[in-house]
This record gives sequence, C-alpha cells and structure tokens, in this order.
Amino acid sequence: MTSAGSDRSRETPVKDVSGRPAGEAVTASARPRPPRFLRPPVVPSGVGAAGRHAGLATALLLLVLVGLITKPDHFATSSNIVSILSLAATIGVITVGMTFVIIGGGIDLSVGAVMALASVWATTVATQSHGPAMMAVCAVLVGTGAGLINGLLIAYGRMVPFIATLAMLVAARGLAQRISDRRTQLIRPENNAIEALSTTRVLGLPLLVYLFAAVVVVGWLVLNRTTFGRRTFAVGGNPEAARLAGIDVRRHTLLLYTLSGLCCGIAAIIIMARTTTGSSTHGDLYELDAIAAVIIGGTLLSGGRGTLVGSILGLLIFTVITNLFILNGLDTSDQLIAKGVIIVIAVLLQRRGLRTAAVT
Amino acid sequence: MTDTSRRGFLLAGSLAGAGLVAAACTGNAEDGGTGGQNVSTGGDNDKPGRQVTIGFSAPAADHGWIAAIAKNAEAQAKQYSDVKLQAVEPTNDINQQISAVESLIAQKVDVLVILPNDGEQLNQVARKAMDAGIPVVNLDRVFPDKLSYRTWIGGDNYGMGVAAGHYIGRRLKEKGVDDPVIVEIQGIATLPLTQERSKGFEDALRTYGFRVTARQDAKFTVESGNQVAGNLLQAHRKIDALWNHDDDQGVGVLAAVKQAGRDEFFMVGGAGSANAMREIKAGGVLEATVTYSPTMASSAIKIARLIAQGKGMADLVEKQVPQSITLASETVTRQNVDQYLPLGFES
Repeated sequence: MTSAGSDRSRETPVKDVSGRPAGEAVTASARPRPPRFLRPPVVPSGVGAAGRHAGLATALLLLVLVGLITKPDHFATSSNIVSILSLAATIGVITVGMTFVIIGGGIDLSVGAVMALASVWATTVATQSHGPAMMAVCAVLVGTGAGLINGLLIAYGRMVPFIATLAMLVAARGLAQRISDRRTQLIRPENNAIEALSTTRVLGLPLLVYLFAAVVVVGWLVLNRTTFGRRTFAVGGNPEAARLAGIDVRRHTLLLYTLSGLCCGIAAIIIMARTTTGSSTHGDLYELDAIAAVIIGGTLLSGGRGTLVGSILGLLIFTVITNLFILNGLDTSDQLIAKGVIIVIAVLLQRRGLRTAAVT
Repeated sequence: MTDTSRRGFLLAGSLAGAGLVAAACTGNAEDGGTGGQNVSTGGDNDKPGRQVTIGFSAPAADHGWIAAIAKNAEAQAKQYSDVKLQAVEPTNDINQQISAVESLIAQKVDVLVILPNDGEQLNQVARKAMDAGIPVVNLDRVFPDKLSYRTWIGGDNYGMGVAAGHYIGRRLKEKGVDDPVIVEIQGIATLPLTQERSKGFEDALRTYGFRVTARQDAKFTVESGNQVAGNLLQAHRKIDALWNHDDDQGVGVLAAVKQAGRDEFFMVGGAGSANAMREIKAGGVLEATVTYSPTMASSAIKIARLIAQGKGMADLVEKQVPQSITLASETVTRQNVDQYLPLGFES
C-alpha cells in the first residue's frame, strides 16, 4: 500500500521532466507551482534509489573491469586508486553542495568560479601572511559569502537561480582575475601546511581524501537524517506545499545556496593543496561536471528527488573514465565524446527504469 | 517565527561581517616588483629621436605569459622619452580586438604592435592599417598575408620542441638509457603552436633513435597540468624523461610529481617562467626549461620605434629593420640559470 503510494508520487515529476522544456524545469522552483494534493515529501531511499545505485555501481564495475583488462598492472594498484580519489575530491566536495541545491529545486552555476575566487583570495600576499589556518578560513568564508549572496538574490530578490548564479559565475571570475592580477599565486614555503593535505598520508590515503569523505558523510547525514534534509526534498518537490506545511521556503533556499558556497570554499582548500596555487583559472567548467555527476546519479533536475550516493557514484564514473583514457594513452577529445554518451545513456536508462516502476 | 527570522538575520549579519574582515585580505602588493627588467639599453639607436606614438593591442591576460607580454611592452616603452604607448584594453574577443585596432588606426598612431588573438581573423584589420600607411609589427601569432605586416617578430615553437628534444636526447645518451620512457604533456592540443612544438620534439628525439612513449594534452592551466600529470604518472611506473610544454601548467605538474613521491626521472619545462627557473636552481626533478620568452614584446616595441623613426638595427648593415625575426628557443639549465633569471616572467 505504502509502496504504491510512493510509486504514484514518483510518477508525477517524471511527467514534469518529459513534458516541459529543460530550461523551464530549471526555473521551476522560482515560481509557485499549481497546488497539488500533499504528498509524502521525502523519498530519499527505497526500491527506486537502491535500483539506481545498483545500476551506477554496475557501470562503475564495468569501467573497473575495462581498466583491469586493458591495464592489468597499472589500474588496480593502490597508488592509482589514491590518484583517482584525490582527483575526485575537488569536484566531489562541490558535487555534495550541488546535490543539495538541485534536490531543493535550484541550480548553482557559479561553483567553479566561486572556488577559483576563494582560492585566489586565500593565496594573496596579505592572506598568506596570516598563515595556513587563516588561508583555509578565508577560503571557506569567501565561498560561504558568495553562496550567501546567491541565496539572498534567489530567495529574497526573487531571481531565477539560473540567472542569479550565472551572474555570480561571471562576477566571481572577474573578481578573481582582478585580485590575482591574472597571475598564478603560489603558496609560499612557510604555508606548506596547506600542501601537506595532499602529501601527508594516513593509512595510505592523503588527508584531502579524508576531508572529501568527511564532507560526503556529513552531507549524507544532513540530507537523510535531519529536518533540514527533509525540508530540502519538500521545498524542491513542491515549494507551495512546503510553504503550506509551515516550512520557511525562502530561508531554506537561502541556506541551500550558502551550503553550496561553503562546499566551494572547502573545494578551494583542496585545489590549493593539490596544485600549490590559487588561480582565477581554477575550476573551469566545474559547474558542468558537478551538474552532470548529479544528473547521472539520478537526481531530478526539477528537484524534489535525488540521492547523494548517486551523485558521488556518478562523479567516480567520470573520474575513472578520465583515468582509463590517460592510462591507455587515448585522446582527450574521445574522452569528451564518451562522457557525453554516458550522460545520455544514464538519463535514458533512468527514465526507462522509472516508467517500468510506475507500471508495476 | 520571529525567533527564527532573528536568527537568520544574525547569521546573515555575521557572515557579512566576516566577509568585510576577509576583504582586508585581498591586498596583493609584494615587495620588490619585477617590472622594468626586460629592457635593453645602450646603443646609438636609443638616443632620443622623433616623437612616435605606438599603438599596442594584445589578448587579455589569463596566463602568466600573456600578462608578461603587456608588462614588458609597457616597461620598454617607458625607457624612451620619445615613445608614447597607446595601449588599448586587452580582450580575448576577436570582435573587440578588431574594433580596438580600428580605433588605433582612426587615432593615426605612427606604428602598431599587434599580438592577435588569432592571426587569420585579425588579418583583415591589420591589412587595413598597412593600407592606411601605418606599419604593423606583428607579434608572435603570424598574419597569413604578408601585406598585413611590416615586420614579424615571434618565438619558434618548432625550435622549442627541438631544444627540449635535444636536451632530453643528450641526457639520456649520457646516462646510457636504452629504450627510454619519454612522456610529453602538451598545452591546448588543437592549437597549431602546440602541434609544432610536438613535431619539433619528435624530430629531435628521432635523431637519437628515441620516440615519445605517451603524450597527453592539458589546458595551459595549473589545475589541468596537475590532473593530467597525476594520471600519467599512474600510467607509467617508471619514466626516464618528461617534457611539459608550459611552465604555468608546470606548477601543477610539479605538484603532482611531488604528491606521487616520484623522482626517478628528469623534467624539462617550456616558456621560461621565473618560478621554473627557481626550481631549476634549487635542483630537483625540473632540470631545464626551453624558452619562449615574452621579452619578445620588449623587442617588438624597440623595433616599432625604429620603424617609425626610419632607422635600421644597429648590428646589421641594412638601413631598415628586417621583415621577419624568429627568436631562438634557448635552453636554461642549472649552469646558466642565473643569467636567465632576470628574464623569467612571474606566472
């Protein structure tokens, strides 16, 4: 009985996606939807989600298999796995924030630019003179501040998320270029503690992988085990219903974008650790990688449903593909084609899966 | 309800306050600037002559090399009391650069120095300047039509690959390595300059009987260099030599090498940034870099001035400046790094 009910609730958003142009789906949260009958706001896990995860895990396993066959002595080594996880960490942290925003019915296009801005701000001569701890704090504050501005514009300025964050994308990159004078800012030797995040290993893994894991775990707990998480699903699924149910939708939207900004700040620390620099060129097109990972992970672009585990699996699929292509000495242009094809296949499979779930 | 909104207000207020505090941290002034070093002084030609206005247009800097181009041009122009540099707002948009050059033509500058975003697409407007009687000094990216410029001065991408290939070939022969693993990290693969660099590298290596084992492209950015190098190091357990086309992305490559804890190979860079030279001096994985120096902008300003004043180059017999000047790619190693350090650009 309960499963039938949740199936029906799952069926509705699918129609939204196929019946509407994509651009409109993105903006859906900004305008009030026609009131519908109240439905259970949270469908974070259950048969559908588990099935999707199984599909993603299978895809990941297939890729691993390809790796084992084509490069048996290189792929499954501990150092290669460390390399894959370290590479995934930066976009991974951003993807966590992006998952929240998209489930909440919005989109954040500014993530890469905000990360670049935070990395630049944290590596200026003035900031670096305060030591590595202050640099990290600065990166987080700048990221959070940018996210807060996004949130204010969207929640209280009633701007469409697509446009508000697009403006932030352009402006943050411009500001990053201005502050850095378009130079690559190296981290000074006395602030090596930042770099130590990528060179110090505990149990064989660099510290930044633990940082990534911590963000994912905290993100999962917040999304699935707290009121904040439940409200996120409610706001994304049907903002009007959420409002009627007593949720302060605006305030919640504000917090979602601030959270995404916070994640960008943390990602900036990781990129500084990995590249030993802050630069306005960091994070180019990260927004698209993060959105792609979230979509592949089975989160609806129109909001209301999705999982964090799916997003992370989606991201790992992308990172492993890059790794496989370079291990085999293949061209990066083919890699881009492969990524495009994977996005299409993933979304087609999800829609098929949803339709069969709705029929049974 | 009021309680939560007040909490929200406090949160917003404290974050905004933190932002203000952080704003104090954007200061970027550093002691001991590097400006004004890439100039040559002396020689009879440097005596003040007829007053000239030099129009200057270059792409917007999103990379240390391009930033150095604009800075060098400015510093060199300041050396001359008889030169007025009319620099237009740098841009990465072809359309905007065309109209910027058009405005310089309308202002009737005496001579133009143009580093086009794309030689083919800016060719038309350069030709327009030449037709209007304004000589054009074409910097680095060449215009396809010889009627579009008076003099071309630029680097030698093929030669850069050759220099890197020779350094690596010689070192490996010295070490007596047979069948070495040679890895190449390119810049943006679709650019002709990248393809020329790779061709030169390949050709030079072939004279030693070596070939490139693996080649991957990055995007001239620190981050892309880091990512590509991180994966390449996994693909090859033992590397003998690595050539990275660009010292800016090299910062990321070196970070990846360090993070992987690898030091069994030696690395050669490209372009000649001050940072790379400091690394060479310190003695680590990076042993050498082959120059593609932005000092060419300083030289271009000097040449433009000579053209406008109708003078030739002092060391040549001819009464006029040559039509084309290709700069040699020089190899900077630990032995000669002190000599090159003042020319290195900050990435």
